[in-house]
Amino acid sequence: MIPGPFTYHRPASIEEAVGLLVSLGEESRPLAGGQSLIPMMKLRMATPEHLVDLGGVAGLKGIDVEPGGIRIGAAVTQAQVIGSALIADRLPILRDAALQIADPQVRTRGTIGGNVANGDPGNDMPAVMQCLGASYVLAGPSGERSVAARDFYLGPYFTLLEPGELLVAVRIPLPSAGHGQAYEKLKRKIGDYATAAAAVILSATAGRIATASIALTNVAPTPLLAEEAARLVVGTSLDAATLKAASAAAKAIADPAADGRGTAEYRREMAGVMVARALVKAFGRVKGA
Amino acid sequence: MSETQTLPITVTVNGSKVQRFVEPRTLLVHFLREDLGLTGTHIGCDTSHCGACTVEIDGESIKSCTTFAVQANGSSITTVEGLANADGTLHALQEGFRQMHGLQCGFCTPGMLMRAKVLLTENPDPSEEEIRFGIAGNLCRCTGYQNIVKAIQFAAARLNGRTFQEAAE
Ligand SMILES: Cc1cc2nc3c(=O)[nH]c(=O)nc-3n(C[C@H](O)[C@H](O)[C@H](O)COP(=O)(O)OP(=O)(O)OC[C@H]3O[C@@H](n4cnc5c(N)ncnc54)[C@H](O)[C@@H]3O)c2cc1C
Ligand code: FES
Ligand code: FES
Repeated sequence: MIPGPFTYHRPASIEEAVGLLVSLGEESRPLAGGQSLIPMMKLRMATPEHLVDLGGVAGLKGIDVEPGGIRIGAAVTQAQVIGSALIADRLPILRDAALQIADPQVRTRGTIGGNVANGDPGNDMPAVMQCLGASYVLAGPSGERSVAARDFYLGPYFTLLEPGELLVAVRIPLPSAGHGQAYEKLKRKIGDYATAAAAVILSATAGRIATASIALTNVAPTPLLAEEAARLVVGTSLDAATLKAASAAAKAIADPAADGRGTAEYRREMAGVMVARALVKAFGRVKGA
Repeated sequence: MSETQTLPITVTVNGSKVQRFVEPRTLLVHFLREDLGLTGTHIGCDTSHCGACTVEIDGESIKSCTTFAVQANGSSITTVEGLANADGTLHALQEGFRQMHGLQCGFCTPGMLMRAKVLLTENPDPSEEEIRFGIAGNLCRCTGYQNIVKAIQFAAARLNGRTFQEAAE
């Protein structure tokens, strides 16, 4: 399978990349790791006339600590996330999620920016970013703006990213030490997108959950923040009845399509199961409670 | 679109520098197989799943069916043709695949070898589980993987100066 013809551009800076995207217009697209875009182009489901390769753009790399959080450059690969000691220590949920994406070769090239900008409901990072309360830094012709991951996704492949805009970084507020984090993903095999998956971050004091955040992957046209489920677990010690209620609340907002992974009913049920498993795991990982 | 763009690229392939003009849409695997005649790198699924097209690029393993040749400009690529030692003897991995029967039809083998080579630089002495997770992007329709895992264990042992002892079944 051979992609349709396109013209290749290789800017060296963010300004140059944005300038190209603006002047080339709607038929241009950024090329990051290419691990979603190239397969789509080979199937001719995407036929951009211009690709703006981000591979040589300075200022998109690096995982840096900044006041209150961590900034991950858009071009940081999934493999680099897995290899980062800082992320393993402070944001283990990102590492857990990255390890469940595709396979080593795909993770070597696939980037965080591409994963969150893509807009495919099957992508794992968007729900993790919603769970973490992350925001995306978007560079456009009139400068930078910041959009919350919780507001960014409008529908499949439909996000708040405007034509001509480039996602340059993800900013993540650091949960204070002691939070429990977990990402539970049900998939049929390595390299498969989620049948259903759930991200959970929580804190506890004296054995009771003090704060909780829950988000779901691939059970709706966009990632979902499961606010009601999170509200239900706060103040509890995660007894069986609470787990059941939280699962039910997550299932109530899930709206999966039937596909090769199962019927809509099955996938909704699995959303509930993933939430329960992730809650138990995250609670078990809370330190010093 | 107006005229077809062609771009010059320079890459080092198996130690030799090559310069060619490519269309931007040329996939790295087609560049290797058709422009350079290096047909050891296979195309299995052509949908980014099977890993038969795996090559090493600047010390990392990637799927060459999911990379444009222009993206490889300036990099150093090793394909299965470049795996054997300079004196022509087999690389420890090739020896492992031979002695442990790590292949049947051989179609997946170039990709397995190239992935395993990078795996052993990332993790020189992997456990069986780490080997299986490390080659999870490479599919084999014949062997059932058991002997591929043994072949990689054989190579790891040899590269670490040990002799491979097969675990009792
Ligand atoms: C076999 C296989 C299995 C996979 N399994 C999973 C999985 O289980 N979970 C998962 O999450 N992903 C999976 N993926 C997808 C993979 O994670 C991709 O790497 C990721 O979705 C896109 O990142 P990329 O860097 O490759 O982006 P690209 O493919 O280069 O780009 C994807 C899209 O985002 C746009 N884009 C990229 N970067 C930017 C930017 N900085 N600003 C604005 N727009 C941008 C591009 O224009 C394009 O439209 C899989 C891929 C393969 C091949
Ligand atoms: S041919 Fe490239 S992954 Fe199958
Ligand atoms: S030996 Fe036949 S596919 Fe692996």
